[in-house]
Amino acid sequence: MATATTERGALTHPDVQTLGEVNSDVLRALTRPGKGWWALFALAAAGVGLFFTSWGWQVYNGIGVSGLNAPVGWGVYITSFVFWVGIAHSGTLISAILFLFRAPWRQSIYRTAEAMTVFAVMTAGLFPLIHLGRVWHAYWLIPYPNSRFLWPNFKSPLLWDVFAVTTYFTVSAVFFFLGSVPDLAAARDQATGLRKKLYNVISLGWRGTDRQWHHFGKAYIFLAALAAPLVLSVHSVVSWDFAMAIVPGWHATIFAPYFVAGAIYSGVAMVITLIVPMRKIFGFEKYVTIKHFDAMAKLCLLTSLIVFYAYLTEFFTAWYSGEVVERASFWNRLFGPYWWATWIMLSCNGLVPLMLWFKRVRHSIPALFVISIFVNIGMWFERYVIVVTSLHHEYEPYAWGMYRPSLTEMGILIGSFCWFSFWFLLFTRLIPPVAIAELKEVLPAPLRRQPKEAH
Amino acid sequence: MSAAREGGGGSGPAAAGSIGLLASFDFLDNAVDAIEGLRKAGFKRLKAYAPYPEHHIEAAMGYGQSPVRVFTLVGGLTGAATGFAFTTFTSMDWPLVVGGKPIVSIPAYIVIAFELTVLFGALATVIGLFINSRLPDVKPSVVYDPDFSAGRYGVYVEAPPGRADEARRILQAQEPVELREGAEAAHA
Repeated sequence: MATATTERGALTHPDVQTLGEVNSDVLRALTRPGKGWWALFALAAAGVGLFFTSWGWQVYNGIGVSGLNAPVGWGVYITSFVFWVGIAHSGTLISAILFLFRAPWRQSIYRTAEAMTVFAVMTAGLFPLIHLGRVWHAYWLIPYPNSRFLWPNFKSPLLWDVFAVTTYFTVSAVFFFLGSVPDLAAARDQATGLRKKLYNVISLGWRGTDRQWHHFGKAYIFLAALAAPLVLSVHSVVSWDFAMAIVPGWHATIFAPYFVAGAIYSGVAMVITLIVPMRKIFGFEKYVTIKHFDAMAKLCLLTSLIVFYAYLTEFFTAWYSGEVVERASFWNRLFGPYWWATWIMLSCNGLVPLMLWFKRVRHSIPALFVISIFVNIGMWFERYVIVVTSLHHEYEPYAWGMYRPSLTEMGILIGSFCWFSFWFLLFTRLIPPVAIAELKEVLPAPLRRQPKEAH
Repeated sequence: MSAAREGGGGSGPAAAGSIGLLASFDFLDNAVDAIEGLRKAGFKRLKAYAPYPEHHIEAAMGYGQSPVRVFTLVGGLTGAATGFAFTTFTSMDWPLVVGGKPIVSIPAYIVIAFELTVLFGALATVIGLFINSRLPDVKPSVVYDPDFSAGRYGVYVEAPPGRADEARRILQAQEPVELREGAEAAHA
């Protein structure tokens, strides 16, 4: 039997021969922006323009330019907020929970996943502000001593959300930055001139000494242990924004686990969507192998089954409860005016991922890419179904009504994807997108003597 | 025992007349043997470099528990206490019954306390890391080789006056790729 280290190293990255090779391969991404990168970046930057133009239009004219009105007061903005917070979750799952479980396949993809988390939370965090309408009053969300001694209501899930999302952003940003420090030092050691100075400062002057690694290793474990429960808690808190209200379709105890599973599901799909082109553009085939895609696809499949089970449970509970309003709400989801959204959700999240049972599909990168896009679409519509179809069809028939997203809302929605991509593209050029130091941990260490047998 | 817990690398100003030697190794076992040899010979002022966290080197340097864990614990507990105290205080400051719940609704405040536990714990961990590992430290250091972040292991020893030959012999026995001495390896 080989030792655990050599076995894992041989399994995960068979084509990586030396430690130094990792640096030159990964750091090449920071030096050479190809035409593809510039094209994507120009597109993303244009979209950021669209985003702020649309938002500016809404700020100037008022929230009336959105389609929000009674009875549907939450629409595309809250849908997108939940979507983007959900996307963030699998990044923390991969970087923190799989770190604590010592999953050997996380090293190649975790930096990307973590960056995705930070930028997704940055995107998500804007939506409540957009949704506020009068964004200049956003500071009212924060408890601060004011002239009338009024404090926010800590019994409200909306305030829990403020704490959950700000904590999540802070902790994941810290975790992301700290994990990058040794790799930023590696970038510094290959750079020259101004870049070298810059990387020296942002790598905090890291030298990889015994003392630094010793405390770094411990700090990293504790940060992972602190971030791990955030994976479960943040989307639970987001789900309580809905579940604590007595709106039919929202008021369900299943919401927290259902949201968390959905979050991880959509996030893993987004990691696949991001990694496939990145691997191609920067030539990371040696580092992100079929085995990594296989593992991600299995995670996707598992969470899709949980999510689909939750859908069925919701429908069953509505029927079994005997509650007329609850039954009507779920009947309305399937066959009401928003039937198309519900059926997109059911087929994209329940049926399409069933293809992942087949090894041939899991090992085909184009197939995975296409499936991951379907999952992203399906998960956005899931939140649309939860938010809009529940609100438009509550208790009183005279209070039923329709909601139609306005052009402004669509501009902000499309712009949010560009805003996210903008940061992600910058990340791939400024921070080593594959974790150099951690990857070396799973490679076999160079030894002069033969490794001792019988470990 | 504090020196052993802190690892081999002593700190503070170097003794007058001591000579620094910096050896680079291609192989992990050579670096570990060099550290162990130097420590056995009684050299106190050691420093090791590695491109990734290597527990063999940590073990050879004789590290115990990292005090960062105390920072995490204290930060986390402070966060939990702050979460409960702040929510309770604000509810009592302007008592208002909401949704028929008690003025001080502990179950609702658990969420806030939990989030602040994580937030304060994480930030305290970073502070603990910075204090213990002397980061940030952006001034240029001469005792460093850019290869240490790529694929080489480094061992630096500050030999007291008259013991440089002994240190050199121990390092040479492990066939370093490069051995720098004196001014070339001096502290900045």
